[in-house]
Amino acid sequence: MADVTLTVNGRTITAPKGMLLIEACKLNGIEIPAFCYYPGLSLQGACRMCLVEIEKMPKMQTACTTPIAEGMVVQTESEKVVQARKSTLELLLANHPLDCPVCDAGGECELQDMTFKYGAGESKFIDIKSHRDEQQWSPVVFYDRPRCILCYRCVRVCGEGMDVWALGIQNRGQGSVIAPNKGDALDCEECGMCIDICPVGALTSGAYRYKTRPWEMTHVGTVCNHCGDGCVTTAGVRRSDTGSEIVRCDNRDRSGMNDDFLCIKGRYAFDFAANPERVTTPLIKRAGKFVAATWSEAVELVAAKFQETLLDGGPKAIGVIGSNHTTNEENYLLQKFARTVLGTNNIDHHRTADFASFARAVATSKAKTASMSEVATAEAILLIGSDPTEEHPLLAWQIRNAVRLRNARLYVVNSAGIKLGRQAAQFVKVAAGSEGWLAAYLAGKDAGATLGVAAEALTKLREALAAENNLVVAFGPEVRGEAIDALVAYGAAKGAKFICLADYANSRGAADMGLYPDLLPGYRAVDSAGLALPQMLDAAASGSVKALWVVGANPAARYANGAAFSKPFLVVQDLFLTETARQADVFLPAAFAYEKAGTMTNTCGDLQRLKKASDVHGVKADFEIIIRIAEKMGAEIEKLVPFRGYTFADAGQSRGAQSGEADRNAVFTEARGLASRTSPLDPTITLDEISQLVPGYAISRMELAGGVPQRTELVQIEAAGIASHPELIVPAGNSLFTSGTLGRYSATLNSVAENHSKAIEPIGAD
Amino acid sequence: MANLVSHPDEVKVVTKRFGQGAANIDRYLELDGYKAVQKALELGADGIINEMKASSLRGRGGAGFPTGMKWSFVPKESAKPKYVLCNGDESEPGTCKDRLIFEHDPHSVIEGAMIAAIAVGSHDVYIYIRGEYRYLLEIMQKAIADAYAKGFCGKNIFGSGYDLNVYWHGGAGAYEVGEESALMESLEGKRGVPRIRPPFPAVVGLWGGPTVINNAETLASVPHILLMGGKQYAEIGVDRNGGTRLFSLSGHVERPGVYELPLGYSLRKAIYEVGGGIANGRALKAVVPGGSSVPCLKPDEIDISLDFDSMMKAGTFLGSGGIVVLDDQTCIVKFALRTIQFYRHESCGWCIPCREGTDWLSKSLKRFHAGGGVAKDIDNIRYLAENMLGRTFCPLGDAAAMPIIGFVNKFRKEFEAHLDGKPCPYEKHPALSQLAVVR
Repeated sequence: MADVTLTVNGRTITAPKGMLLIEACKLNGIEIPAFCYYPGLSLQGACRMCLVEIEKMPKMQTACTTPIAEGMVVQTESEKVVQARKSTLELLLANHPLDCPVCDAGGECELQDMTFKYGAGESKFIDIKSHRDEQQWSPVVFYDRPRCILCYRCVRVCGEGMDVWALGIQNRGQGSVIAPNKGDALDCEECGMCIDICPVGALTSGAYRYKTRPWEMTHVGTVCNHCGDGCVTTAGVRRSDTGSEIVRCDNRDRSGMNDDFLCIKGRYAFDFAANPERVTTPLIKRAGKFVAATWSEAVELVAAKFQETLLDGGPKAIGVIGSNHTTNEENYLLQKFARTVLGTNNIDHHRTADFASFARAVATSKAKTASMSEVATAEAILLIGSDPTEEHPLLAWQIRNAVRLRNARLYVVNSAGIKLGRQAAQFVKVAAGSEGWLAAYLAGKDAGATLGVAAEALTKLREALAAENNLVVAFGPEVRGEAIDALVAYGAAKGAKFICLADYANSRGAADMGLYPDLLPGYRAVDSAGLALPQMLDAAASGSVKALWVVGANPAARYANGAAFSKPFLVVQDLFLTETARQADVFLPAAFAYEKAGTMTNTCGDLQRLKKASDVHGVKADFEIIIRIAEKMGAEIEKLVPFRGYTFADAGQSRGAQSGEADRNAVFTEARGLASRTSPLDPTITLDEISQLVPGYAISRMELAGGVPQRTELVQIEAAGIASHPELIVPAGNSLFTSGTLGRYSATLNSVAENHSKAIEPIGAD
Repeated sequence: MANLVSHPDEVKVVTKRFGQGAANIDRYLELDGYKAVQKALELGADGIINEMKASSLRGRGGAGFPTGMKWSFVPKESAKPKYVLCNGDESEPGTCKDRLIFEHDPHSVIEGAMIAAIAVGSHDVYIYIRGEYRYLLEIMQKAIADAYAKGFCGKNIFGSGYDLNVYWHGGAGAYEVGEESALMESLEGKRGVPRIRPPFPAVVGLWGGPTVINNAETLASVPHILLMGGKQYAEIGVDRNGGTRLFSLSGHVERPGVYELPLGYSLRKAIYEVGGGIANGRALKAVVPGGSSVPCLKPDEIDISLDFDSMMKAGTFLGSGGIVVLDDQTCIVKFALRTIQFYRHESCGWCIPCREGTDWLSKSLKRFHAGGGVAKDIDNIRYLAENMLGRTFCPLGDAAAMPIIGFVNKFRKEFEAHLDGKPCPYEKHPALSQLAVVR
């Protein structure tokens, strides 16, 4: 758009036509304060902080509602403007409780900051402040009316942003309060957006309130460890008795592709790290009971048992089950260890999406995959299967934003009514299990009868999609195997971009890194395939697999045959004594994602950096545990992690939050591969190996270190030899308030789930 | 039914049919009813707007915007339906004129709104009546039903091929909704909070369509203007202030009531001749000339012409035409308190200066009047009001601030007389004891 030239405080500035004055000024480094204005939400003009003088206008105007115009002459610092800001702040503070010393927001409060910069130091008012008692609206949301300045950000983000509409305004005038729209408690998705968007301490979090002062925390941006969307979550960390602990998570710094969005899990479900059931000592089972052991004892025992098994039964007698929560480096290392040190292809993981078929389809059709960011800018989105509101909250947020802010068209095909149906231009309800057929239909084969839908709706959908040029197609685990090939072939022809939706934080990474019995990293077919997960467990139950190593997974929760876990020598790396871990012979307490460094690949193929935030004494990262076992088995560590001759910089692995972002030297030298490496525990060495050897993973280390998500590309892989195994896909079926086994140990998720009545009536096609 | 008053100086245009049973449609027809709308159909849009411009009719709600010009802002072509709204949310303290129109001549409002609709090419008219006027709503409902029964509204009105629907809507009791954009929000079923402008209602109004919104008295004047001709109507008043206005005269006068006087009439005569002077032989202390929102005038300032321009020159406003007369036994501090308590109660709470300002003014004045005032309060009260003025989201903040600034500036001595714990010098005044002071 053409630029408009205007004069602000005597300075000539230019900004794109149609831009709001407050944004144009911001673009040019001129600050105009505001409370109610919030980019991406509807305009309010309510707080009056952004009043400025505009020539030829008799009254001061709100910069947040005034579009710029050619030749406009604006004063943002005139005496009149300065006085207006000051008096507005005086009025706000008149009733504000000034309990800043105990307020959660103290130190990061916009009212404090504004008063510091624009306000008056002393009050003119001597009358008594109005008071109302605090209210609790949900396990995570508390409301303190006297602190509230009524900027309505919470109401808007809940309604417009989340499409939940749980908050409203009651009463009028001085009696106005923010209040739940139904009864006296929130009937909502418990995302906590209202709390983080609150400029003051009016809305506080049940998980964080009165726990710390903001300046006591170090802030570490890492990647959420729950669903597959890859939100950046910034952990507030402070020292604790056992290392350092996370006190809260948010993304107020908008440092990730999720902007300021986080769902309940990204914001609150870090708390299982401090669950009292967490095991922080290695355990060895003696006479049917776990006994605490040292790391050396435990690792030596595991190494000895693995060697014994290899001698007795050969490589085929050992099975390895990996995780979709561990890092790419750990997954890569685990399969490398299995294949080179143990010599077995008996390695698999819990597959929640058919990435192997997806990789084959994309490589065959030369199709593009879409990043999470591209969803928000797509002109049209086709969503087949899945319920992103429950399973992929960031994807749902991106879709809503695309529709709300950019008028994108959403087409939904689902066997059930889902909440995103409200945003859909077309919603086609198909019979459960027939989602896969849709691709063939779209490609031109009339299979309406198979889909159980009126032909009319299907024809309308096909015609509408045919007219779309900038299309992103996202599909859930309902679409598998050859249906993926058909769908991708259809879309590739029109330049559509694809997203294959999987359930956990690094499901995509587990697949890309070759946690498959028949595929190496980058989906390269192996000569002789090992056992897939169910067969491995069958073999363990029958006795042909004699040792089973489970890294960050809980297969016993899904596979009924108990002998699979009781019969073999079972090694489990995890945080808790899960159904699987309880049956282990050796339990190795692992660090969880926020306690280690590495990378993860989200379901869209966006590779992001995990930074070490907290530390719990006694546990070790899976990466280190694997190296230790390898060492004890007498493996050549340099072959597993070629660290010698390199430099030392462990991406914060050992120093964690304490190193902060200030260690620019380390970041630079590390990014250039210059820092000295003397430790095999440095996952960045493995990342280097991945980026050199795994097709599609040639990423920029410099950019990654700078916080830019890197795109991985499936199109670069070799499609030949990738077999479809749709029968091995087991969707996790998580809701907004559950997150597999780990989620069960989150106090916040549990308390919310208990309190929650299913809030949102799904709106479907019927 | 409210008692009607009259005075020889009155020029009866809008009140012509008052007291003659014109709420009955047959009686209304005998009194030239629904002739103007037929004339309007003949004149067509441009013809009507020309007559309106010639009449120099200005909005009777208070702002005094030229009606003909307002109608001409509505785009001829619109993808969305256009609407005409009658603002019958009469809530300004001291103002009780629209209620008489609704009671005595409801069809004139319907007819005026229909003419406005024809002028702007709208096919839907909404008559919005204040929530507290529940009893008048019933009269209006009947009037609309009667008009439909006669075929005056609905499809093909008067055989012209023009379809025009008329609807009524009752408010829920909020002064704020008298503000036009808040009224539209309310009519749409939302919280009665004003909208950001621009866009103005003429372009984006009710349900996003171009909308004309006029006060009930304005619309009631329209049929008379078409029948007598715009020029003749204009000549009743003074330059740029055509016609008559309904002045609600209240307070300490001998003969309070609603009088229809030509614009340009003298305020002094309105008080001393039409109103019969100050009650009980007392002297005048102040007059609030345009509803409670405007700065007061002192006795030496009342030789002034009651028209929009002269009043503005004198530092006040003609406003809603509610003239409140205060005698020399009135406590200005208490009057200011009562005024601000009204605005505190009615502030919608949307913006900070109005929500907080009305509350703190109210708190300060209450304490001050009760004898708890300290010297700096007087300046603080003025400071507070001055810092609301021109900074609020909608004019309610100005309406609350302006009278307070006026009282402090013009009656500072009376404020000072309340200082140092002294009791209010007027507290025993019998008339004032009837003015309940709400919390």
